Amino acid sequence: MSIEIQGVSKRFGTFEALKNVSLSVGDAELVALLGPSGSGKTTLLRIIAGLDTPDSGSILLNGEDATNRGAGDRGVGFVFQHYALFRHMTVMENVAFGLRIQPKNIRKSKEDIRDRVMTLLKLVQLDWVAKRYPTQLSGGQRQRIALARALAVEPKVLLLDEPFGALDARVRRELRTWLRRLHDEINVSCVFVTHDQEEALEVSDRVAILDAGRIEQVGTPQSVYDNPANPFVFSFLGNVNLFHGRVKEGKATIGDFEVDAPEHRNASDSPAVGYSRPHEMEISRERNGNDSLSVVILQIQAVGPNVKLRLKRTENEDVLEAEITREKLRELDLKTGEAVFVKPRLVRVFIADPSETPLNYQI
Amino acid sequence: MEDTPKRSRTNSGNAFIRWLLIGFALVFLAVFLVTPLLTVFVEAFAKGWGAYKTAIVEPDALSSIYLTLMAAAVAVPVNTMFGIAAAWSITKFDFIGKNVLVTLLDLPFAVSPIISGLIFVLMFGAQGWIGPWLAEHDIRIIFAVPGIILATMFVTVPFVARELIPHMQAQGREEEEAALVLGATGLQTFFRVTLPNIRWSLMYGIILCTARAMGEFGAVAVVSGHIRGQTNTIPLHVEILYNEYNFVGAFAVASLLTLMAIVTLALKKFVEWKISE
Repeated sequence: MSIEIQGVSKRFGTFEALKNVSLSVGDAELVALLGPSGSGKTTLLRIIAGLDTPDSGSILLNGEDATNRGAGDRGVGFVFQHYALFRHMTVMENVAFGLRIQPKNIRKSKEDIRDRVMTLLKLVQLDWVAKRYPTQLSGGQRQRIALARALAVEPKVLLLDEPFGALDARVRRELRTWLRRLHDEINVSCVFVTHDQEEALEVSDRVAILDAGRIEQVGTPQSVYDNPANPFVFSFLGNVNLFHGRVKEGKATIGDFEVDAPEHRNASDSPAVGYSRPHEMEISRERNGNDSLSVVILQIQAVGPNVKLRLKRTENEDVLEAEITREKLRELDLKTGEAVFVKPRLVRVFIADPSETPLNYQI
Repeated sequence: MEDTPKRSRTNSGNAFIRWLLIGFALVFLAVFLVTPLLTVFVEAFAKGWGAYKTAIVEPDALSSIYLTLMAAAVAVPVNTMFGIAAAWSITKFDFIGKNVLVTLLDLPFAVSPIISGLIFVLMFGAQGWIGPWLAEHDIRIIFAVPGIILATMFVTVPFVARELIPHMQAQGREEEEAALVLGATGLQTFFRVTLPNIRWSLMYGIILCTARAMGEFGAVAVVSGHIRGQTNTIPLHVEILYNEYNFVGAFAVASLLTLMAIVTLALKKFVEWKISE
């Protein structure tokens, strides 16, 4: 079932949680709402579910206006961050809940309900805990039961609010790939909220990035990562290095070097910021042309497949990050405290908005 | 393991002070709690089982027991329903005036019981606001059973709500929201999700409410008028008997209240254990 969010706004007191947000989710699509806390992503999800009502705007489910429909009449499944399992019911009773409360004329027979519950428990690979209570399960198991419970009433849309937020890193990774597989199997539209950019980029078909109640960009994981629409998206999707400079008629001047910025060909000498990812930084022992920056190595962190370097620019004390391979580190034989040169292979230039505070999302 | 006894000795300081404190607590308990409790029963049975039985089955005593039970039978269910409604609305919804409601809930605790009784006399009494109108229509509230029930209800308003609010606040709204999304109606959500979750704190509140409803003296004394066999509750009856130097009678009836209190304590302990489980 498709979801159409049209110009939704919501405020809580003086706080504007959502500002005229529009988004469409296609049939059987998996969309991630990604953003820092307080960006409005959970509010948006709750409005789709009918747990909150928008101040203005509307929600269309399958083309029909559902804005005034109750949460129970929308055909959605909702998975809460903290599972929200019924603590006084067994796993079996939890999953059966949605089926047991149906009006008599459409309710399934007891045997059918039991069969359906067992099928769902097998789907989430937890049929062996049917008799247990939620407190007797681990976090990952509880979340899978919550998912089975939501699926029991055959929702057309599955909404997940930070579904893996409360789990440890390893379980999280497991459940993430499992959710993707499940989604492909059962073919329902999914919207899930997360603040973890890696999770969003890895699992979803499309990502919507929110900040301060607005959608900043929507696109496939690769397109938003490769072509971020603005500095916020850029810095939210990974670590960045910032270079302050000026841009004039399609050329940006940052420190000693110049980069092409054809998208700003109309700019007439305005302040600009260049953004570069750590893995786009090239390190060398010798000055490489006149567009290298001279830096001092502050720290070398050789954990994992790549080596992370913290560098300090000699001219203005700015700290940069670089990521190189272990081979490169061995080849250059770098040591902490040494003076070397660094050159960004790729710089995206955005005209600096003087009203905005400098972004510095280090994730 | 070996140094545990040593450490405990050093931590609790001087053995003499320790025993002094424990001894003091025990003596205090014996003098102020156990002795009065025993006195009630000793005095009640001072003239044997026969006199005890006579004092209790005496018509005025039976009538006071009946009235007490009736007042509790009305006040407790009404306050239970109100308490659940108040706690439910306060913890599961946001609305204007919520803080005022929470504060008002405590009013019966803050006001002296005598004043609580007086409020009803001032409202429904002969010189009260609607007293003349009531007299015209021959409706008796003050110095009659309705007054006693009203006073009992007023005094016991906070018990159930006060027990439920913190517990329901701690549980949050997510389970109810989960039920709603799964298609449950408001009533289904309440009876299948909310009520089972709060059942033990609800029991606890009901027990406290019942104990207070049966034991209330001050507020009821003001509105009762002490008409024997008609508007006397157990506590009021005890007072009358005592003032008439009928000690066996007074203590016999008092022993009923005492027994009720002990049963209440046992129930309360059981429920507390259930909650902590």
